[in-house]
Amino acid sequence: MSAAKTLNLTLKIWRQKNGNAKGSLETYPLNDISPDSSFLEMLDILNGGLIEKGESPVTFDHDCREGICGSCSLYINGEPHGPAKLVTTCQLHMRSFQDGETIYIEPFRAKAFPVIKDLMVDRSAFDRIQHAGGYISVNTSGNTQDANSIPINKENADEAFYSAACIGCGACVAACKNASASLFVAAKVSQYALLPQGQVEAKDRVLNMVKQAEKEGFGPCSNTGACEVECPKGISIENIARMNREFLSAAISK
Amino acid sequence: MSQLDSKIPEGPLKDKWTNYKNNINLVNPANKRNIDVIVIGTGLAGGSAAATLAELGYNVKAFCYQDSPRRAHSIAAQGGINAAKNYQGDGDSTHRLFYDTIKGGDYRSREANVYRLAEVSTNIIDQCVAQGVPFARDYGGLLDNRSFGGVLVSRTFYAKGQTGQQLLLGAYSAMNRQIAKGKIQMYNRHEMLDVVIVGGKARGIIARDLVTGEIERHSAHAVVIGSGGYGNVFFLSTNAMGSNVTAAWKAHKKGAHFANPCYTQIHPTCIPVHGTQQSKLTLMSESLRNDGRIWVPKKLEDADAVRKGTLKAIDIKEEDRDYYLERRYPSFGNLVPRDVASRAAKERCDAGYGVVANDTNEGVFLDFASAIQRYGKEEVLVKGISNASKEEVTSLGAKVIENKYGNLFDMYKQITDDNPYKTPMRIYPAVHYTMGGLWVDYNLMTNVEGMYAIGEANFSDHGANRLGASALMQGLADGYFVLPYTIGDYLANDIRTGKISTDSPEFAIAEKKAKDEIAHLINNNGTKTVDYFHKRLGLIMWNKVGMARTTEGLNEAISEIATLRDEFYKDVRVPGGADELNQELEKAGRVADFLELGELFARDALEREESCGGHFREEYKTEDGEALRRDDEFTHVSAWEYTGKPSDAVLHKENLEFENVELKTRSYK
Repeated sequence: MSAAKTLNLTLKIWRQKNGNAKGSLETYPLNDISPDSSFLEMLDILNGGLIEKGESPVTFDHDCREGICGSCSLYINGEPHGPAKLVTTCQLHMRSFQDGETIYIEPFRAKAFPVIKDLMVDRSAFDRIQHAGGYISVNTSGNTQDANSIPINKENADEAFYSAACIGCGACVAACKNASASLFVAAKVSQYALLPQGQVEAKDRVLNMVKQAEKEGFGPCSNTGACEVECPKGISIENIARMNREFLSAAISK
Repeated sequence: MSQLDSKIPEGPLKDKWTNYKNNINLVNPANKRNIDVIVIGTGLAGGSAAATLAELGYNVKAFCYQDSPRRAHSIAAQGGINAAKNYQGDGDSTHRLFYDTIKGGDYRSREANVYRLAEVSTNIIDQCVAQGVPFARDYGGLLDNRSFGGVLVSRTFYAKGQTGQQLLLGAYSAMNRQIAKGKIQMYNRHEMLDVVIVGGKARGIIARDLVTGEIERHSAHAVVIGSGGYGNVFFLSTNAMGSNVTAAWKAHKKGAHFANPCYTQIHPTCIPVHGTQQSKLTLMSESLRNDGRIWVPKKLEDADAVRKGTLKAIDIKEEDRDYYLERRYPSFGNLVPRDVASRAAKERCDAGYGVVANDTNEGVFLDFASAIQRYGKEEVLVKGISNASKEEVTSLGAKVIENKYGNLFDMYKQITDDNPYKTPMRIYPAVHYTMGGLWVDYNLMTNVEGMYAIGEANFSDHGANRLGASALMQGLADGYFVLPYTIGDYLANDIRTGKISTDSPEFAIAEKKAKDEIAHLINNNGTKTVDYFHKRLGLIMWNKVGMARTTEGLNEAISEIATLRDEFYKDVRVPGGADELNQELEKAGRVADFLELGELFARDALEREESCGGHFREEYKTEDGEALRRDDEFTHVSAWEYTGKPSDAVLHKENLEFENVELKTRSYK
């Protein structure tokens, strides 16, 4: 908790009144920001000032501010969730920036993520991909078998966990030049593919989820690996390889 | 004042739930298709309820203010979920989980509810594994457990420090299956603004589409509120920015009693406040207390030097450290319940031993050095390394710690810029969870017919203090395994009712009221932001209704909050319009409700002239500073009825009968 010198910044922020309006980058000077403030607290300060001046505050998605809900987005200086690795925008702190710096803040851009307002985009396409197969068809009656009746080797359980750690923020899509949702889809496919409980519906799941992603307008995998680099949860592109194997074997056997 | 009927079934404790289930009314599958249920909130309680009710055949309409149900704040729960599986063979049982929860809640919860919770806890784990929740496992492939505060067994199941995320994604996946089938209609980015009562029964809601601003009417045969807790009344808390009391408060204003609002959990291990621009606080999971030791310097001058930055924690000698929890509570040590640990931290900081240089010097150390050494030595033996160097031991030990808590350590480093593998974490208590909430009976129904409250939104299971890893358990128990039975018993009378019309005067009046309130806020032309008022409310709450409460402070808080509320309505500025996406308007509505709740909260704290669990009155403590309960006068639930304004709320009581446990002074010494 350093008491370092404060930062004076120039912000270039994407403003767009609604989905149909034309947007543009607007310039906002902002001074005396503590390096211990989070990026979103910096935007709170900007918004407080705008409201007091009678101007319209900047709209952006955020909620838990702990890096887990996946609400926050933002394309900061050309990177989803900004320059720091393995963090979401809400966990990004101003000590990652220099005094006097100009910061570009834009929404996540993808055809399948239309802008709602300013920096807020519509990511409901991700939900619809999950509706297409992101579940195991078991009723929640509680009358299943004992949780320890099927041992799962630790390695697979851990792998499944790392895949399941996806927060559905959409950074992978924003980072990809094809706006592909491959990493997102692959993470869910992998989680279930690695667990015995997920095997029963594995084939339909991968086929349906991939199909839905295409239908939503996400592009094909670009194979550049940008998604892995920008993923705040460090989801590996090995998941995409696993998804491709699952897809291929399902497509052949169907 | 009246006595409330909790409708606890007759019979011995362990048979109540079974007998109850055997004797309730059921709705046949064909009739379920004609019955609609509204669920507010999609966290562990709301999400699991929506999925299960839809599986059973009801038509569910689910609402959340987030852009996806997966983002509800249950997602942020870190440490784990309790269940009486006794996989470790360490003496756990349904009865022991029940007893620990009753004792942990300082004997202020309802026996029958808590026993039912312990009873269904084991189903939750079975269910979640079947859904593909990747819990931590040991090398034999079986489920692993850890310990949490206030208990002497290992019954907590976990998925690293992201248990809430994994459980919520499980519930979300169950919802997705039903959304795909059309059995759940999902309303994302919608906020409930009122509940509509027709003929004395909850029959629908008024909601605002947060994207278009449109005010909508939705009808149903029952309304389930699973909208979480109200910790954000303190402005700074570990809750999500959008977490709010609005749904529960509107329900209260429509007749539902609000129970024990003063029972708030101040969690001992959070990252301390860094400055006045801070927007929220971050929890460091209680699971860290399995391995972390809490201490402050023994000498005032050392604490002072640490704050000034001239002395480092690692340079303070062992004999100059005060491991105050181990000193005061030798049998539970660092794993005392949360309320006890929080008060002990406050006591040390008030005495001048705090180690963080903020306005109030509030902070203590959470130190992993000895755990790193302990694990390092174990690893050296396991790996058969001879003559291991000190560095090697430390590095191997740090690896073990990383495996257990890696994501938490990363998060800490990201926020504070300190490396917790090398230097102790600095932590301080912060508002985390609210045990109070809408009063419900054994059926989880409020006193308004057809209106249910589940999860953190109700008051029922945690008494005056919640034990760690019990919130996830309660949310899922309510949603998966309790409400689906109890609501059926009620809805069995509704099979001939038919669709509820939204054209009734009741809907029209509620809609007009919601629109008028929005118009008032939008057209107010004040000068101050919503946050300005919210922060001021938070300061009053933290200073006067926080960890230590006095008659004088509470009286001041009550009048200050009422004054602040008047000021808010005169001077708040909400930019933008009603018919568009307007985040300031959303916040303004929520803060308006917090400004009413805050006053009732302080009144409840004033009325309860004892100390119990998270509620600590300076006037009622033992000689060594522990909470002093007054069972003869306060073994009851305080349920408040709204009659026009918070200051006029009428108190009702539900006496708590303890037939199966003996009321004792809680001791963790």
